Amino acid sequence: MSRIILPLIGLALLAIVPLIVTDYGLGLLIGAATYVTLASAWALFSGQTHYISLATVAFYGTGAYTVAVLNETLGYGAVLLCAALIGGTIALVVGLATLRLRGVYFVIFSFGLAELVRQLITWYEVNVTGTLGRYIFLDITTRQIYWQMLGLAAITIALTAWIHRSRLGMALRVIGDDETVAAHSGINLARVKLLAFVLSAVILTLAGAITSPRYVYVEPSIVFNPTISFLTVIMALLGGANRLWGPTLGAVPLFLIFEWLSSNFPDSYPILLGLLFIGVVFLVPNGLIASTERLLGKAKGARG
Amino acid sequence: MLEIRDLTIAYGKHIALDRATLNVAQGTMVAILGANGAGKSSLLGAIGGRVQPTAGEIVYRGQSLLGRPAHLLVEQGIALVPEGRGIFPGLSVLDNLRLGAIAKRAATGANAQMEEVFALFPKLAQRRSQLAGTMSGGEQQMVAIGRALMSKPDLLLLDEPSLGLAPIVVKEVFAALSRIRETGLTILIVEQNARATLELADFAYLMEVGRISGAGPASQIKSDPAVVRAFLGGTLAKTR
Repeated sequence: MSRIILPLIGLALLAIVPLIVTDYGLGLLIGAATYVTLASAWALFSGQTHYISLATVAFYGTGAYTVAVLNETLGYGAVLLCAALIGGTIALVVGLATLRLRGVYFVIFSFGLAELVRQLITWYEVNVTGTLGRYIFLDITTRQIYWQMLGLAAITIALTAWIHRSRLGMALRVIGDDETVAAHSGINLARVKLLAFVLSAVILTLAGAITSPRYVYVEPSIVFNPTISFLTVIMALLGGANRLWGPTLGAVPLFLIFEWLSSNFPDSYPILLGLLFIGVVFLVPNGLIASTERLLGKAKGARG
Repeated sequence: MLEIRDLTIAYGKHIALDRATLNVAQGTMVAILGANGAGKSSLLGAIGGRVQPTAGEIVYRGQSLLGRPAHLLVEQGIALVPEGRGIFPGLSVLDNLRLGAIAKRAATGANAQMEEVFALFPKLAQRRSQLAGTMSGGEQQMVAIGRALMSKPDLLLLDEPSLGLAPIVVKEVFAALSRIRETGLTILIVEQNARATLELADFAYLMEVGRISGAGPASQIKSDPAVVRAFLGGTLAKTR
């Protein structure tokens, strides 16, 4: 029972925090909640299957841009629904064509996808609509954005927990281990991978849509910034991408470190970021949770 | 049960399999023997739906298998144990076996099937909660075979089950195969270990550099002097 109650208490506490923190503190909370959502949604597909996707920002940016284009013509709820549908459709089409790629080919493709979407939107805005940037004026308070993002993060983690116990989760894990055996066990590889990819993409798109009013001014180079994709991957890897709480555990401290670095060392920030990436991959390749468990196991073994 | 006619597999210009024709009758154990690079794995890959043949036919119970993805084969009763064991190291023995019952045809009576697998491999029953990755090579092979049996197959395809195993463990694996054979299951086995395989099989095909170079009942093949020299380690092998 405590596995359900403790997270719920935590969620309730997090929900009342914005009533007491400063605006800067609230901004940090939104950023942390956003990256928890992104990293958890990324891990929903990539954590089990080991298909490393760098397309996070393709969906995140699509979500933000959907809001930018539609916010004056549709109600907010309808805009979110449109964003989810568009993100899901892109994932479906792209997934059908590319989920047979493996390893480094998939990584490169997913990176290319993000660039493709960004260039297409830029081309369309310049040549068809004639404006590159767009403004988002919505009647939404910062607190409301935070609550929405917190809700999305909670839904993502709950969904992941449910998938881990379901046949779908079993199938995803097995695909990550050995696709040949998975297929010969009767698992429809294409369908399982596609389902997880689309689910993950819908959440990533919604995260972009919800956070977009914070930008106020949106243009492709801002919301399709590839750094977002890299940050998401490294956060999920730091905590442990195949664990339920791994992405959260990686996202919160890394987000805070990045914030501190970028405000204190704005010039050398990219260098420090690169060093951090290398450090994570070298020092905790299996994620913090697995490393801690191993250390604890060793300590136990030494004592016993 | 399974008929393969003039099957040709080419990777670019390299022909891995050249017009192979073979037949597996229901209830028999058929062996394909040959050295590395003889085309054995390409042949199994084509039956398993992973390798696209250039020409030829694969017919199972009157239906063509060409172009059929691997996960549908399971539903038709064809289970494959891939080379290199194909187990899930991070899962327990029990979960590995349960996974074999993920197919629709195995959904009912999975528990009874599990009991049968445990009866065939008592060792797996003792170690049902152990992580499969921490087991010895031979035990892992048993997990892989047990997993394949969980889908209640009519035809079992084995790709080099003795590969990389110590001789004493190979013996254990073949003893298990002989128990499976007694249940009447149809088996197609690809092996380099000709001697042990011929003890069990009814019929054998010999493969050399992409073609089938000989075929016959296992008892006959065993005593053929040419086969003994080439496949069973005769004088040539001894001088090496």
